[in-house]
Amino acid sequence: MSKEMTIHLKYWKQNGPNAQGYFEEYTLDNVNEHMSFLEMLDVLNEELMLEGKEPVEFDYDCREGICGSCNLVIDGRAHGPKHRVAACQLHMRNYSDGDHITIEPPRAASFPVIKDLVVDRSAFDRIIEAGGYVSVKTGSAAEANAIPVEKDKAEAAFDYATCIGCGACVAACPNASASLFTGAKIAHLNKLPQGEVERKDRVVAMVDQMKEEGFGDCSNYAECEAVCPVGISISAIAEMRRDYMKAVMSGD
Amino acid sequence: MKLDSKVPGGPLEEKWDKHIKDIKLVAPNNKRKFEIIVVGTGLAGGAAAASFAELGYNVRSFCIQDSARRAHSIAAQGGINAAKNYPNDGDSIWRLFYDTIKGGDYRSRESNVYRLAQVSNEIIDQAVAQGVPFAREYGGNLANRSFGGAQVSRTFYARGQTGQQLLLGAYQAMMRQVHNGNIKYHPRHEMLDVVVIDGQARGIITRDLVSGELNRYEADAVVLATGGYGNVFYLSTNAKNSNVTAAWRAHKRGAAFANPCYVQVHPTCIPVSGDYQSKLTLMSESLRNDGRVWVPKKKGDDRHPNDIPEDERYYYLEERYPSFGNLVPRDVASRNAKMVCDDGLGVGETGLAVYLDFRDAIKRDGRETIESKYGNLFEMYENIAGENPYERPMRIYPAVHYTMGGLWVDYNLQTTIPGLYAAGEANFSDHGANRLGASALMQGLSDGYFVLPYTIGDYLAKQEPGKRYGTDHKAFEEAENAAQSQIDKLLNIDGDRTIIDFHRSLGKIVWDKIGIARNAEGLKSAIEEIRELREEFWKNVKVPGEKNNYNKYLEFAGRVADFFELAELMAEDALQREESAGCHLREEYQTEEGEALRNDEDFSYVAAWEYKGLNGKLEETLHKENLEFEFVELKQRSYK
Repeated sequence: MSKEMTIHLKYWKQNGPNAQGYFEEYTLDNVNEHMSFLEMLDVLNEELMLEGKEPVEFDYDCREGICGSCNLVIDGRAHGPKHRVAACQLHMRNYSDGDHITIEPPRAASFPVIKDLVVDRSAFDRIIEAGGYVSVKTGSAAEANAIPVEKDKAEAAFDYATCIGCGACVAACPNASASLFTGAKIAHLNKLPQGEVERKDRVVAMVDQMKEEGFGDCSNYAECEAVCPVGISISAIAEMRRDYMKAVMSGD
Repeated sequence: MKLDSKVPGGPLEEKWDKHIKDIKLVAPNNKRKFEIIVVGTGLAGGAAAASFAELGYNVRSFCIQDSARRAHSIAAQGGINAAKNYPNDGDSIWRLFYDTIKGGDYRSRESNVYRLAQVSNEIIDQAVAQGVPFAREYGGNLANRSFGGAQVSRTFYARGQTGQQLLLGAYQAMMRQVHNGNIKYHPRHEMLDVVVIDGQARGIITRDLVSGELNRYEADAVVLATGGYGNVFYLSTNAKNSNVTAAWRAHKRGAAFANPCYVQVHPTCIPVSGDYQSKLTLMSESLRNDGRVWVPKKKGDDRHPNDIPEDERYYYLEERYPSFGNLVPRDVASRNAKMVCDDGLGVGETGLAVYLDFRDAIKRDGRETIESKYGNLFEMYENIAGENPYERPMRIYPAVHYTMGGLWVDYNLQTTIPGLYAAGEANFSDHGANRLGASALMQGLSDGYFVLPYTIGDYLAKQEPGKRYGTDHKAFEEAENAAQSQIDKLLNIDGDRTIIDFHRSLGKIVWDKIGIARNAEGLKSAIEEIRELREEFWKNVKVPGEKNNYNKYLEFAGRVADFFELAELMAEDALQREESAGCHLREEYQTEEGEALRNDEDFSYVAAWEYKGLNGKLEETLHKENLEFEFVELKQRSYK
């Protein structure tokens, strides 16, 4: 039968972007080892509401590790202690009876707090908007097999394309850099013949937008790769820099 | 209410082309005078918004998530079908059409399904051009695999993340148009009502989920691409925020709701583990290509599965359905899993699970091959279930996954409210009583990229360009006031049961009595129980916080209120359909072998419900769209 635990929580409360934030503490007595971390927070909120208190707000949706909504920083680490696991797929069996857990939103000026653990990550959308696409119109595409793509290239592009846009990379970076996110999209599209045509414009536009949004520069700490729930490699950043330099130096 | 399907005449193969030739066009200089609202940014909504904007219309796009990229289409795993016949195994547009009609148990409209099969090939071209990294063969061509309900390999895939990659393609196309100024983009907004003026959809009321503010938006046409209503069951494979509110509120304004009882239960999900559980996770159907489904032959056999010898294992799908085996369609696989568990052969702590075993596949192809095909799914399983599926068979059980019912639409995807369209899972159109694997992504993108951009033009061409009523029109005022007073009412109840508690109780009624199998008695008692619980909800729910702030539980309260009403309609719909069709199994109507028994004579129709009011009980009028099968012969579905 499954194990039940007592867990001591400390979580961030902040009523709005300009409000003063603070930590709140609560002890949960019936945490089942099979619960996901977010289910544990659901249970917390049920208890809080029945006591007439305000629940703690946090972002989530698919709870399958794919939508990228969840973004908790758990005990100082984006998505918590387990390697390559999003917070929604972290399960309480990774904790022990009596553990203390601290939960915070990702801390970055470019991700302002909306409420409690919910932050605004729309800067990511604006980076994609700047050039993270192939400019093709609906209905005008050539026959799909007209452009062969090497299996290895398609696989490599896919590895970068799996970025879920959760922002863990930003949360983990001492510079709050969005380089892993931006680099992943650039590496995905630039590896494919479909993305080749707009290669230079894309990298310049996206990198410039990233700076405009106030994200810091990359200083090769590699903290982003360490916390990325889908394992995007920092080689994406190296590719982005190489492409950026080439695009800027070529002058056309 | 009159249901006019507007299906063009002529041979099946020529209907769509003929329709495109016949429909009216909007001149480029007039396109920029039209405003289109698209609610939802999944495959259907994202693709539609991007395509409308490319055509030159002004588009407003709304989604409840913090980014369009998080729409629930992103979670689809296995793949997308198309009739390309690259593997040269005998596929064709006709065969994809036929399989889909048969898979839906002859309860879908022939013309829509044929069009779906036709444009399927263009979808793949479009996605590839966008840079969707589909799996490839060594020669550089696209790879295919097979999926439940089909005997050919027609499924295109990007590992187990096909939905994600297709969605990112549509999202990126959308963001390009945001950049170009052709789409005004409103994430974290929820549609609370549709505004109808002079019988036409002219706009929507939304709530800004961050500030709580209610807003009015006017447009010449409104597209709802808001997904399905599986969350009525509380536990489902749907994302937690997926809901029926937009579709249901449109229904209450006059849009017919079709076939609400057709809900697909997916056979391969990770089983329920406890009361705290918030959702269920699907394991892609593609796993059944290599995994073998079995239970122990002996009741209560609690040995480690690997210690159970071959002759004590019951490979029930392979035995009962020799020609399709583990690849039978979802409704058949789900029902059989329930049957063996009801017979006491289920495994695991709850007895509500069967094994999905990769032992033989690993022996045959090696662990590396299996890992390259399904690696991420295996990891996901291990995270959730805490067991290594390479070493011990997965435990799976059916879970609510996809809703074939939805807003009734004609061939143009227009609802019974002129100017209001429904696309993707939000409409009822293409899957009949059951959806085959890898066809949801196909339908979402077909509607968004290749159907609506044509058909909406036909409607707009007949409208006066630039005509505005103004958002201070009384219809806007009335709709906003109604939304506001519901919010105030919910916040003022201050009862002592939480929203989730009510939702969980509702879900239990719906799962037990309108789930994998239904009978008249159960459905009648479900209706009573739903009404009672709904009444209690409106007296005793506890909604925390305030309206002018980010308040997730207030959002939920409004959605659960709608689920209460929809649930009653689902039961009514299931009750009147005195036959079994696809996923709808009425226990009273079965063949001697326990297979679903259709009644084509009396029930070959789409059940479209018209809302009449809600006074303690839901009042709805049933309208029937008779399904005519001109091109296929109706047969008893057999996968033996």
